[in-house]
Amino acid sequence: MSSHSESIIREPLITGKDITYAQITNDVLRPVENMPGRAWWIGFVVACLGACLWLFAVSWTFWYGIGSWGLNKTVGWAWDITGFVWWVGIGHAGTLISAILLLFRQNWRNSINRSAEAMTIFAVICAASYIVCHMGRPWMFIYSLPLPNQYGSLWVNFNSPLIWDVFAISTYFSVSLVFWYTGLLPDLATIRDRATGLRRRIYSIFSFGWTGSVKTWQRFETVCLILAGISTPLVLSVHTIVSMDFATSLEPGWHTTIFPPYFVAGAIFSGFAMVQTLLLITRKVLGLENYITMFHIEAMNKIILLTGSIVGVAYITEFFIAYYSGGEYERYTFLNRFIGPYWWAGCMMYGCNVLMTQLMWFKKIRTNIPISWVLSIVVNIGMWFERFVIIVTSLHRDFIPSSWAMFYPTWVDVSIFIGSIGLFFTLFLLFIRVLPSIAMAEVKLILKSSSEQAKKKLIEHEQLNDEQVEYYKESLTKFDSIEAVG
Amino acid sequence: MSKTKYILGLFADPDEMMHGIDKLQQNSVPIYDVYTPMPIHGIDHKLGLKDSRLGYAAFMFGCLGGSTIFSMAYYMLVHDWPMDIGGKPAFAIPDFVPITFEWTVLFTAFGMVATFFYATHLFPGRAPRVMDLRATDDRFVIAIDAKGNIPHDDITKILKDAGAVEVKHNDRKYVSYE
Repeated sequence: MSSHSESIIREPLITGKDITYAQITNDVLRPVENMPGRAWWIGFVVACLGACLWLFAVSWTFWYGIGSWGLNKTVGWAWDITGFVWWVGIGHAGTLISAILLLFRQNWRNSINRSAEAMTIFAVICAASYIVCHMGRPWMFIYSLPLPNQYGSLWVNFNSPLIWDVFAISTYFSVSLVFWYTGLLPDLATIRDRATGLRRRIYSIFSFGWTGSVKTWQRFETVCLILAGISTPLVLSVHTIVSMDFATSLEPGWHTTIFPPYFVAGAIFSGFAMVQTLLLITRKVLGLENYITMFHIEAMNKIILLTGSIVGVAYITEFFIAYYSGGEYERYTFLNRFIGPYWWAGCMMYGCNVLMTQLMWFKKIRTNIPISWVLSIVVNIGMWFERFVIIVTSLHRDFIPSSWAMFYPTWVDVSIFIGSIGLFFTLFLLFIRVLPSIAMAEVKLILKSSSEQAKKKLIEHEQLNDEQVEYYKESLTKFDSIEAVG
Repeated sequence: MSKTKYILGLFADPDEMMHGIDKLQQNSVPIYDVYTPMPIHGIDHKLGLKDSRLGYAAFMFGCLGGSTIFSMAYYMLVHDWPMDIGGKPAFAIPDFVPITFEWTVLFTAFGMVATFFYATHLFPGRAPRVMDLRATDDRFVIAIDAKGNIPHDDITKILKDAGAVEVKHNDRKYVSYE
């Protein structure tokens, strides 16, 4: 299989002149085996400060109760559920990359799946922390589990989407963790076999005695394939169920059948934006330009464009159905998004998610790193506002005008949100320090078929269609990691 | 009598290693195992290994998970404490679908991975039984049990001819024990 040569018109997935198997190991493990540089330390200190802020604000919430948040009788869900849905959505890209793209045999996933999946796990941790926080009394979490208790037993209500959500999020988190860790085993063994002393002992414990024998690899591949197969419907179910938290209610603006596909598309959209935000920095700081190439960046931008457009279609459909339903309250809710007091949030949502991502139709923009990075942040902001609009703007003016209200966040709301970003980045920075940020074994797999040097050899030794070779050389001009195209 | 226990053929290229396996098999040299830094398709069939049966285990665990949570939901909401929610039936099967699905996936994943770890003897802290330290980095290693095999020089020659960059005659089976 490794000698299988790929069509010349496919762009290379690994660039660089003398990439060998050993070189891949050296490049990927450089940040793990050496002390981190100044950029990492600055990032880590800033992220840790954010995490401390999170810890403080969450402790404050637990001590004084959720009365310390800006919630009121009308707006009972605000930044907490906004943050929860935002983080869960971000997590979805990791599973999409590691599972769905594996089933579709998209080899370019091999160099980004590890960090994307780590991102999934950290994002779901942030999301879960919101759920526990918004209970106010976190120990009450036990009553969301189907356990016997002193009240009868009073069981959980399996008819409720909120209970489905408990099952969905916990399954999603633990299955993602298992998938991620199983994939890490061969790479942990690589670190172990290169290390000495204490480091070797530590990585030895965590690599579970991996040897890379034939039978181990055979089983490993079976396990990965089946995990990918079950993670694919799982990831779709998770955001479907999150959307049902809203869609099964009778609240205008929530009570819509389009929510499940609309939320899933939005989740993948925001997740890819976050992957882009992280990887554009990571590849530069860790010097991984040869593995996370312009092809990867452009491919992710195309997915952002596609899912952003799906989200746009969902927005238009929502408006049309609100009009077409003839329901007075339904119509008012959607009009209120534009002409109500939260018009600015609506503008952020529609502007960032639909208008800005349409710029991705231009190849110059898709392949421009600074612009891609800025756009990925814009998408993240837009998706946060989408959840804010769905939750707060729908709630704040309900059926009785006398109970209309506005939501004003307190410093605790803001601190938990900013702090959760700090927590996320703390975990991510620790991850790139102690674990290989690229799945080495999987990248080695495509070295002989899809690397730039393999393509070069193909051009030199095989009889190829000149037109196709020209097309290939033309496609290389966009790569920032290839200097001169010969 | 030579003290060599295992002969290792180290290859830098997976295709040459596959060629090496063919050459050894043509000369009726039994292969102990092959260690590679990445999954190489086709070795398992060359060495006559059976297909993994983990898929069956995964299916069984999935069935177990789905039936467990469905039975739990039935017991709790239908048998033990049925609730009257707008006069609707307590045994609301569609409402049980999401949780049944989630636990099917959960049990499949954990059951299958646990079976994989159990069958392959992988667990935290297990002493790695590594025959060559570069087998997880950039070397594709064919290991041959030296005892009772054809003259060792012949094996060395077969491996070298097939493209091995290095052939090791090891007195110890594993290099990783401290």
